[in-house]
Amino acid sequence: MLDFINFYVVPGIVTGSIYAFAAIGITLVFSIMRHAHLAHGDMATMGAYIALAASTMLGLPVYFALLLAIPLTAALAVGTDKLFYEHLRKKPKILTTMSTLGTALMLRSIVQVVWGVGTTSYAKGITRPNDWFGLKIKTNELITLLALAVVVLGLAAFLNRTRWGKAMRAMSDNRDLALLCGIDNARVITLTWLIVGGLCAISGFFLGINTEIKSMMGWNIILPAFAGAILGGIGRIEGALVGGLMIGLVEELSVLFIPTEYKAVSAFAILLLVLLVRPRGLFNGKII
Amino acid sequence: MGFLEALNYPIYVAIFICVYSFLAIGLNVQWGYAGLFNAGVAGFFAVGAYTSAILTSPDVPGRLGGFGLPFIAGVAGAMLLSALVALPIGKICLRFRGDYLAIVTIGVAEAIRIFARSEEWITGSSRGIQNLPRPFGDLPYVYSQLAYLALVAAILLVVYLLVERQSASPWGRMMRAIRDNEVAAMAMGKDVPFRRLQAFVFGAALMGLGGALYAHLGRSITPEAIDPMIASFLIWIMVILGGSGNNRGVLAGVTIVWIIWTASEFVTDQLPMEYALQAKYGRIFLIGLMLQLVLRFRPNGIFPEFRPTQKDSRKPDKSDKA
Repeated sequence: MLDFINFYVVPGIVTGSIYAFAAIGITLVFSIMRHAHLAHGDMATMGAYIALAASTMLGLPVYFALLLAIPLTAALAVGTDKLFYEHLRKKPKILTTMSTLGTALMLRSIVQVVWGVGTTSYAKGITRPNDWFGLKIKTNELITLLALAVVVLGLAAFLNRTRWGKAMRAMSDNRDLALLCGIDNARVITLTWLIVGGLCAISGFFLGINTEIKSMMGWNIILPAFAGAILGGIGRIEGALVGGLMIGLVEELSVLFIPTEYKAVSAFAILLLVLLVRPRGLFNGKII
Repeated sequence: MGFLEALNYPIYVAIFICVYSFLAIGLNVQWGYAGLFNAGVAGFFAVGAYTSAILTSPDVPGRLGGFGLPFIAGVAGAMLLSALVALPIGKICLRFRGDYLAIVTIGVAEAIRIFARSEEWITGSSRGIQNLPRPFGDLPYVYSQLAYLALVAAILLVVYLLVERQSASPWGRMMRAIRDNEVAAMAMGKDVPFRRLQAFVFGAALMGLGGALYAHLGRSITPEAIDPMIASFLIWIMVILGGSGNNRGVLAGVTIVWIIWTASEFVTDQLPMEYALQAKYGRIFLIGLMLQLVLRFRPNGIFPEFRPTQKDSRKPDKSDKA
């Protein structure tokens, strides 16, 4: 039983929290800007590499490097919005989705040209897991879970309590009505991109610290992250959290039943199933 | 003889342009006519390529196949199976707005790639499927290439004429009506999800045809050949740059983009070894940037879709600017 938890449940929850970070960002873009953000994964890769550069070049401890990567990736997200998406606002949203695909390819290419296609990691060597009465959990894994709790609680407080958070929710519910109420749509969009960029950096960083850093790492989590966001219900932060965790768990547990190569397909199967049976997701989100 | 030999490379490029034209026309049926964002063209391309390969290749122990069917049967099977794969995907996704289809088709392409890489008994995993029959494959190289080009071009012409005919027919007008104003089309009594499904499945069948012709060209198919970078994203740029909704524009787009793409490979190959590899990844940046630039400056493509009323609606715009 303990082995089952150590080998399947703990990795599942850790993978799931990485998906949850990404799914929260995806759900924000999907509900507020109303398009799929296909560059989410590659932006996470970018965040992970910025943190890597900060820690190797400036000699910062990795978690400080993350604190540097968050604002930089957030600025990158706002920059891509201004450059590529702003002029598409009045056009059908599908064009913006297409444009995010272009951004994804550009970001990936920058990573591959600057840092190459090899795999690397933040710290050399193998870290041994700590033993908590038989439960084997690494320090990095604990920090990942803690960070997830902080981000989710912080974001929930921001969205429910503050003026700008309420403006974001208003825009997600009804853009025109929000505009009529005097909410500056353009500034809310910029704010959302800041948050989404930061979340990208966080998800990329924790993906890198718990597995390895490589140029395709972000693209590889895009499907599970979307599956998590849609499973939870688009527009629901708590949904993205639960959805991401569930997808992570299912992926890790799926190897008990199907060949390991198909681990990545299990998230996709859930995505199809949710779209077929309950497209609003567990927490009754929106259908964009 | 020397003259024909000099034509080797242009013929080779021309064959590829024809093969990718099938993917682009298929995508044009989906995106240009029906407004469906299929981000997994490579998946349907792969289904076509592998189906035709399995149906026509000689027997290999431990792998499904050995049917040894003729080329034409392989191509027909490829189109049929691609359509069959598209059917359930379309059924699930086309009830929603386009973004869901984009995500799911990316997933389909990934799943098919994983399947091709891991199911030894069907796809031969990383070794792929070899020794496919090739029409006119017994001729000397140049003549064989020329004959294959003629064959592919002839099939392309037939497909082009049929799709053009279909586009001019009431069906084509209905599809554009659905694309441009779904609610109005629904109010006119059109079964929107069913019509979209038709366009999606039909486009996928054309992509399967392209895949089959690609596989027979090289007499083999391996998982590397179904790289989404080329078979999905480059095809997208061809369609949007050329002019979605306009088949002639799309064919021009295929030609322009493929020539730029092969020329850029030619350039990167001249670079010294250490830069050549990086330049190869830099070309992906080029794909992304081209997509962005087209969306920004030429959203209707170089050859926009012909619309009878466009002239009248344009005039006020021009006077506004002046």
